[in-house]
Amino acid sequence: MAISNPATVGSAAESSSTAPLIEVRGVRKIYQLGETEVHALRGVSVSIEAGDFVAIMGASGSGKSTFMNILGCLDKPTAGQYLLEGIDVSRLTKKELARIRNQKIGFVFQSFNLLGRTTALENTELRMLYSRESKKGRESRAREALALVGLADREDHFPSQLSGGQQQRVAIARALANRPSLLLADEPTGNLDSRTSVELMEIFQRLNTNGLTVVLVTHEPDIAQFAKREIVFRDGHIKRDDIVRSPQVASEVLKTLPKIED
Amino acid sequence: MDFSAAFLLAIRALARNKLRSSLTMLGIIIGVGAVIAVVGIGQGAAAKAQEQLAALGSNMLFVGSGSVNRYGLNVGSGQTKSLVLADAKAIARECPSVSAAAPGTGTGQQVVYGNQNWATQINGTEPQYFEVRNWPFASGTSFGEDDVTQSATVAVLGDTVRRYLFGSSNPVGETIRIGTLPFKVVGVLAPKGTSPGSGQDQDDVIFAPLTTVQKKLLGQEWLRWIMVSAVSRDASYVAQHQIESLLRDRHKIRPGDPDDFVVRNLADVADAAAEQGSVMTILLTIVASVALLVGGIGIMNIMLVSVTERTREIGLRLAVGATEEDVRKQFLIEAMFLGLIGGALGIAFGIASSLVVSRALEWPILIPTYVVVVSPLFAIAIGTIFGFYPARKASQLNPIEALRYE
Repeated sequence: MAISNPATVGSAAESSSTAPLIEVRGVRKIYQLGETEVHALRGVSVSIEAGDFVAIMGASGSGKSTFMNILGCLDKPTAGQYLLEGIDVSRLTKKELARIRNQKIGFVFQSFNLLGRTTALENTELRMLYSRESKKGRESRAREALALVGLADREDHFPSQLSGGQQQRVAIARALANRPSLLLADEPTGNLDSRTSVELMEIFQRLNTNGLTVVLVTHEPDIAQFAKREIVFRDGHIKRDDIVRSPQVASEVLKTLPKIED
Repeated sequence: MDFSAAFLLAIRALARNKLRSSLTMLGIIIGVGAVIAVVGIGQGAAAKAQEQLAALGSNMLFVGSGSVNRYGLNVGSGQTKSLVLADAKAIARECPSVSAAAPGTGTGQQVVYGNQNWATQINGTEPQYFEVRNWPFASGTSFGEDDVTQSATVAVLGDTVRRYLFGSSNPVGETIRIGTLPFKVVGVLAPKGTSPGSGQDQDDVIFAPLTTVQKKLLGQEWLRWIMVSAVSRDASYVAQHQIESLLRDRHKIRPGDPDDFVVRNLADVADAAAEQGSVMTILLTIVASVALLVGGIGIMNIMLVSVTERTREIGLRLAVGATEEDVRKQFLIEAMFLGLIGGALGIAFGIASSLVVSRALEWPILIPTYVVVVSPLFAIAIGTIFGFYPARKASQLNPIEALRYE
């Protein structure tokens, strides 16, 4: 099943080659911690085209988390511009930002962040609770998203009845349910074993092949090898921004790994 | 997020912590229950008092011979001789707001029947007295007008006297002895119970024709009292005024001099009792409101705990696109819902406990509809007011920090 992406498809007609999905220009972020100013980002400029698969790496404190928060519209830059699909996000109100997060951005977190005592299906519906969507529409789209991550048969399971990898897949389904333009994953494999990590990367690659833009923060160089592009942060700057020469194909790698039941 | 989804979310969140939710509601349950029970019992008691006062007589006024100060000596109430039969006739005739007036006097006497004897009050009056007092007969009839003109030795017994002298046998037609004189019993009154004003047993009494008591038992011509009934309850205040000016006129009291009689309006007593009842109700309602307030603080406390516990959940909701308003609404509805369910259970609790009290005290219970409507609304309002701060706190969380919260 292909995931349709109205946001990118719509804009493709007018600006697919000219305007990138993400355009960050000279973004700075300064936190005020008491008397001292912490410069988390010291002028970052980068653009990410629709359909790209970017891995962001860097030591802790390098500014990559701050960068992700800004990309995810959870935080605003102190200076500089962030254009998402050509919209200057740094000028939007809190309510408009909430709407953008809801409609355009899917989040996947390291610690899954599923609601306990809530079924996989209902967890997947969560995003749509905050958009104008009928109960029926919510359910069918949640089912669709769960099928996409291979959990069609686990709809009624609670998070406590699912393995870590399955929980993270529910989280991905939740992120996909609103058909976002951008999937942001913050160390999604940080709590998972290596085989499950690769399985997850297989899902990300599959979604990316179908047109979804993926930005992924990771500590692990192996994981970054599944992306098309690698950006390394250090001390609030972009230190490196390279095309991954020959990305690993997760479905191929999986064949070489010993099979374990999860 | 639409309301029904938010509502469902709130119910599920509360159902997840059943014990905690019910303990939180307990404050509201007790508060609302207390308000309803207190008002129900209070109103019931007031109604009971009104009923007892109505039993004293319909729209009744009491005119008594008053005190008079002669040469510096205050002779005390009931001692003047100025209140006479002609006054009673004049009141009935000349006061437009008066429907009837019964003159009376009285004395304490020993009463004997067979080997039983009893000390009681002998009141001399006229037959209309029983109408004025709205006092029905259990058996027999009143003495008639003829008996009054002829000073006949006939008597009507109060229920207490009947019980002590006759036990279960029928006294009508029997002869009793009052003091030294034989009296024929013509009627027995229905029991009237204790007087709500004085606590006296109103049934411990014998009635005889006015002239008989005046001439044969007392040897006095004047009256001790006149019982007056006004045409309506509202007219009783006007009647009181009319009687006062009439009697001052008839007794030739100069302006500025004190009355030589007293007029007591039983509507006054009823109003005083009602006022006492309402003061009591207000006080108890304040106490009950404090209970509700404490319940509200309980809601706030639990909601604050809940917000802290669910910080990550709130962070997640904000991250996936919930607006501040959505989050605020979610927690407000939870708090409101605690108030609502607490209020509903409180009504049941209040009605149940007032029924228990009414059984125990044999009081009627009157729960006004407005209390049943207003107090749960008040409980919901309390939930909303006390839920507002925690809800606001939740909505103001920074999603990044909330997601990282351990």
